[in-house]
Amino acid sequence: MKSLNFGYKGASILKDISFCINPEEFVAVIGPNGSGKTTLIKTILKHEIPDSGTIQILENDISCLSSRDLAMHISAVMQAIDPTAMKVRDYVLLGRMPFFRKYQFFETRQDLDIAQKYMELTGIAHLADSQMTQISGGERQLCAIAKALTQEPDLLVLDEPTSHLDITHQKTILDLITTLKKELSLTILMVLHDLNLAAEYADRLILLSKETKTIFSSGTPEDVLTQNHIQTVYRTQIKVEPNPVTGKPWIFIINDMNPHE
Amino acid sequence: MTRWILILSGLFCLVLVVGIIALCTGAAGIDINTIPAILMTGGSSAEYSILMEIRLPRILLGMAIGGALSLAGTLLQGMFRNPLVEPYTLGISGGASLGVCINILFKCYAVIGIIAYPLFGFAGASLVIFLVYSLNRSNTHVKSNRMLLTGVMISYVASSLVMLLMALSHTDDLQNIVLWIMGSLDEPNTQLIQVACIGSVIGLFISYFFCMDLNALTLGDEEATSLGVNTARTKKILFIVASFLTGLSVSVAGIIMFVGLIVPHFVRMLTGPDHRILLAASFLAGAAFLTASDVIARVIIAPLELPVGVITGIIGGIMFIWALSRRQVSL
Repeated sequence: MKSLNFGYKGASILKDISFCINPEEFVAVIGPNGSGKTTLIKTILKHEIPDSGTIQILENDISCLSSRDLAMHISAVMQAIDPTAMKVRDYVLLGRMPFFRKYQFFETRQDLDIAQKYMELTGIAHLADSQMTQISGGERQLCAIAKALTQEPDLLVLDEPTSHLDITHQKTILDLITTLKKELSLTILMVLHDLNLAAEYADRLILLSKETKTIFSSGTPEDVLTQNHIQTVYRTQIKVEPNPVTGKPWIFIINDMNPHE
Repeated sequence: MTRWILILSGLFCLVLVVGIIALCTGAAGIDINTIPAILMTGGSSAEYSILMEIRLPRILLGMAIGGALSLAGTLLQGMFRNPLVEPYTLGISGGASLGVCINILFKCYAVIGIIAYPLFGFAGASLVIFLVYSLNRSNTHVKSNRMLLTGVMISYVASSLVMLLMALSHTDDLQNIVLWIMGSLDEPNTQLIQVACIGSVIGLFISYFFCMDLNALTLGDEEATSLGVNTARTKKILFIVASFLTGLSVSVAGIIMFVGLIVPHFVRMLTGPDHRILLAASFLAGAAFLTASDVIARVIIAPLELPVGVITGIIGGIMFIWALSRRQVSL
């Protein structure tokens, strides 16, 4: 039974956060700008240390794990990857680094096969020999996902992987994550700005509030995305209706600047 | 892989060729055809001592220092993620020179021996790296050239301090300082040459343990951490190695500019950014480059000798300006 436990008390940005992620769950963290979503992710990835509290993955406290051990359990896809001058294949292969033995300098046959498998799964195998600087933003994001997958993590953390992409890429990437979640038994933690995408794809939502600096609500999309919750946390007039195709809550922004009937 | 082996063999041959050319050139006018014979007979001939006791040590020193400075440049570029940083442009050579200057003036070498030179050089270099890094800690995401500016400023301050110390010193010391500051491979002390050769190879050896870490660091500190790299520890160790290599080079050969900039720049065009090949290739190319520059320095106004720092300063300075003008620089 694997799960991620999180209890955290950081004075300035987040307070008293406590939640549990179950295996093979797709959890989306939502909330207004400045509500601490990125801080939360950084704390889980050990880029920042909480003032108090513990984070556990698979019953291990992460503060006891070395960067390398942590990297074998958690991998991350951050926003907008800066293009670096390397080949796509070499970039994706960097994901195998946590598995390199102490004096190993070269990838093993197994590493190369694993990277190839994930490049194919993410649909970028045809770009393997291209330079990272020459491909589009959407393709770069897919490369980042491929790299994160080659780490073969238990938990895949994504920080707004689709915010800067067009709707085609947004759907492609979210469809891909959902498929891979099932195929590879992954657990997903994703920060999303787009509430509708979160409602469509996530199993559970965690809504952070800027005022209270803590979790406002957590649960299924229907439970969390109510008119009341959203208007309180986001301080904006909106309307929530079920999506006509899937039935998930859909948030409509009301343009009250122009008079309408 | 085969490509890497080819590149390394090619560079190794280049180093040998340059070394042989260096052995054959010089003001003494030893005819090339006679060299194998001289080397075979050995012993007491004047030509033999010129070759073995004057030229060969100088060539070996040039290779060691050229390799060390290129390697230091490559490491710094990998850690700062800025292709324009290197020991001189970051002011590290300036700091090292200040350290060595203090050593000469306060005669510390009389107390702890000749090792005082590289030691003080290392101390000065480390101080500057620490300063530059702390002053630029916030610049994690932007490839800004602000740290270059910091480095240049520190370099100016260091030079001013060196000049201050020179003004306060005795004539003997003054001459020592001036001669050595100009960057010359003319070092009579064989022990120092040995230290330089061994030290630069050790530096290369240690750096190789971190070649994959450096690859990960090109993506940024946070990304590298996500890949399992202990970024704090890696950077500390590599900063120490870079300071050591710079301190060593400056203490033995004075300030030699831009080697760590030019060589990795061109080597990267040949090998790509993978540090597994880049480190060794930079080292070898640097060795060849500095030795070749020294040949030019010895020959260009023969029988007078220019300090090698002058040659690398001119070639390197021009290339630095060209490199800066090509990029969209926003200070």
